[in-house]
Amino acid sequence: MELILSAGIGALTASGVYLLLRPRTYQVIIGLSLLSYAVNLFIFGMGRLRVNAPPILDPGGVGDLARYTDPVPQALVLTAIVIGFAMTALFLVVILASRGFTGTDHVDGREQRGD
Amino acid sequence: MTEWLHHLSILPILAPLAVAAALVPINERERTLKGSIGIVSTFVVFIVAMILMRLAAAGEDSLPGSGVYQPGNWPAPFGIVLVVDRLSALMLCLTSGLALAAQVYSMARWHTAGHHFHSLIQLLLAGLNGAFLTGDLFNLFVFFEMMLAASYGLLLHGSGPLRVKAGLHYIAINLAASSLFLIGVSLIYGTTGTLNMADLATKLPALTPESRMLVETGAALLGIAFLVKAGMWPLGFWLPTAYAAATPPAAAIFAILTKVGIYVILRLHLLVFGAAAGASAGFGQSWLLAGGVATIAFGAIGVLASQAMGRLAGYSVLVSSGTLLAAIGLGREEMLAGALFYLVSSTLTIAAFFLLIELVERGRDAAADVLAVTMEAYGDFDEDEEEEEAGVAIPRTMAVLGLCFSLCAVLLSGLPPLSGFVAKFALLQGLFGMPAADPARALSAADWTYVTLIILSGLAAMIAMNRIGIRTFWASIEGTIPRVVIIEITPVLVLLAACLFLSFHPAPAMRYMQETVGDLLTPGLYKERVLSAPRAGDR
Repeated sequence: MELILSAGIGALTASGVYLLLRPRTYQVIIGLSLLSYAVNLFIFGMGRLRVNAPPILDPGGVGDLARYTDPVPQALVLTAIVIGFAMTALFLVVILASRGFTGTDHVDGREQRGD
Repeated sequence: MTEWLHHLSILPILAPLAVAAALVPINERERTLKGSIGIVSTFVVFIVAMILMRLAAAGEDSLPGSGVYQPGNWPAPFGIVLVVDRLSALMLCLTSGLALAAQVYSMARWHTAGHHFHSLIQLLLAGLNGAFLTGDLFNLFVFFEMMLAASYGLLLHGSGPLRVKAGLHYIAINLAASSLFLIGVSLIYGTTGTLNMADLATKLPALTPESRMLVETGAALLGIAFLVKAGMWPLGFWLPTAYAAATPPAAAIFAILTKVGIYVILRLHLLVFGAAAGASAGFGQSWLLAGGVATIAFGAIGVLASQAMGRLAGYSVLVSSGTLLAAIGLGREEMLAGALFYLVSSTLTIAAFFLLIELVERGRDAAADVLAVTMEAYGDFDEDEEEEEAGVAIPRTMAVLGLCFSLCAVLLSGLPPLSGFVAKFALLQGLFGMPAADPARALSAADWTYVTLIILSGLAAMIAMNRIGIRTFWASIEGTIPRVVIIEITPVLVLLAACLFLSFHPAPAMRYMQETVGDLLTPGLYKERVLSAPRAGDR
């Protein structure tokens, strides 16, 4: 499972960074989204991977740490998802405004030769 | 009584948040009402910040609950804590003072350029104050994002193609930096199991070499996120464009945004990677030094190359943060008090300059100044163009503006007798004032590079300001004399007066800075205060 998760994070990050460096605003925003998915998975992984372990206490197993997973990364991921989502939405608005003003989706606001 | 006083430390976050929410449903036509509510709220926060600073200056014992506030009534490291100490109180005071100036200035015309200006300023304040007060890394991220979200709104305030383009770059870079921030925070949490800065500092020396490497990687990633904000050389190309494109009141308050990056680096560097950190002591210092030196050089060249005042001010921001970063990177404890003094002085100066630029450039004929990007940026203004600004115009406009401009020039270039000089003098005195007999403290090549660059950057600022000043004030007036109302010039005058006060009464401020540095250099005290603060019920 560790291998799948790390490969997934790596693939998402690589694609995210590549797209982030592209000259089209649509590619940039998709790149940012992929990057934030990678980051969320990474935060999740930092609490150590556990299967079938709840992050909250259940009445039967109080006191046995082996039955639980670390709740803090889950809380962090939740916050990071919300903030990341809000920021992406805001960025989308700016991209649309830029498209409206310049008539192009190039990140510099004008087409460049050779693209 | 003390219970009531205790809650003062959360007011700088709660009050702006509540006011921002309250301002949203008020009709946009009631701009004066919205602005007045905003100004009153910021003024209250300013007073609270002053009280906190007074209490902090008097020592930890006079701060209610030793300055540690537990919003969930859980003791650190398990609960969230807000920490008031000399440094955070100083930053709170500076922030609310700048916000006050920007808000008063905006009342003349700029808040009409778009919607929700006053709410955005309040949200920015809440984020900034939160970032200065918080005691743990993840809340730092949350407040950081809050501040950034508001700053995106403020940068785009007034709209127009130039602002949207600058905003696009600014937002993309900051979103990428936020991802790095999260990776850094989670790496640190994954290895040390804590997010609390004081607890982190306690746990770091005991880590195995492998874990320490991971923590250092995390800290380096965090550092990149802050250095992007501070505009360190290879990470700061977005800054002059974004700041020059922003509306003047927004740009003035943005002067403090770079200082948030500096603040966090200063705090983490001395708390977590201080002398007590064992093998990790002084981590990243050489990078800070190299980056800071490169930033000063880049900023100084940019200042010389700037044709428009907005860009000049943007590059001055870079010079200012480069000077601070390199001062931290040199690792000379004697310089830190001077660095803090420089932080306050340069922030006030740059904010005043950003406000002044628009007043000076307002009267210029658009054709006479093809290089000034400002007219194009204001092109979207047609709707409100006919609306005369409220208020009384000041007499002798050009004389007053010219005087303010020359004060800014002297302050920015660090010429005597004003506070820019006092700050640089304090920095250099910290460097040179050490016993020469001690071989460990002999001046190295890095120190000399720093000294040279500081002096050269001052020279560059002087030349650039002279050139632009002559072109603006001594050339035959082709445009009309700008109509400047009193509420626009007052904030500039007040900010400059604060610099003048610092110039002629530097002793109390310097003493405060020295005490602040004393606090920062004894991280044990901070750790003990945060980790042993009792819960409210137990007190």
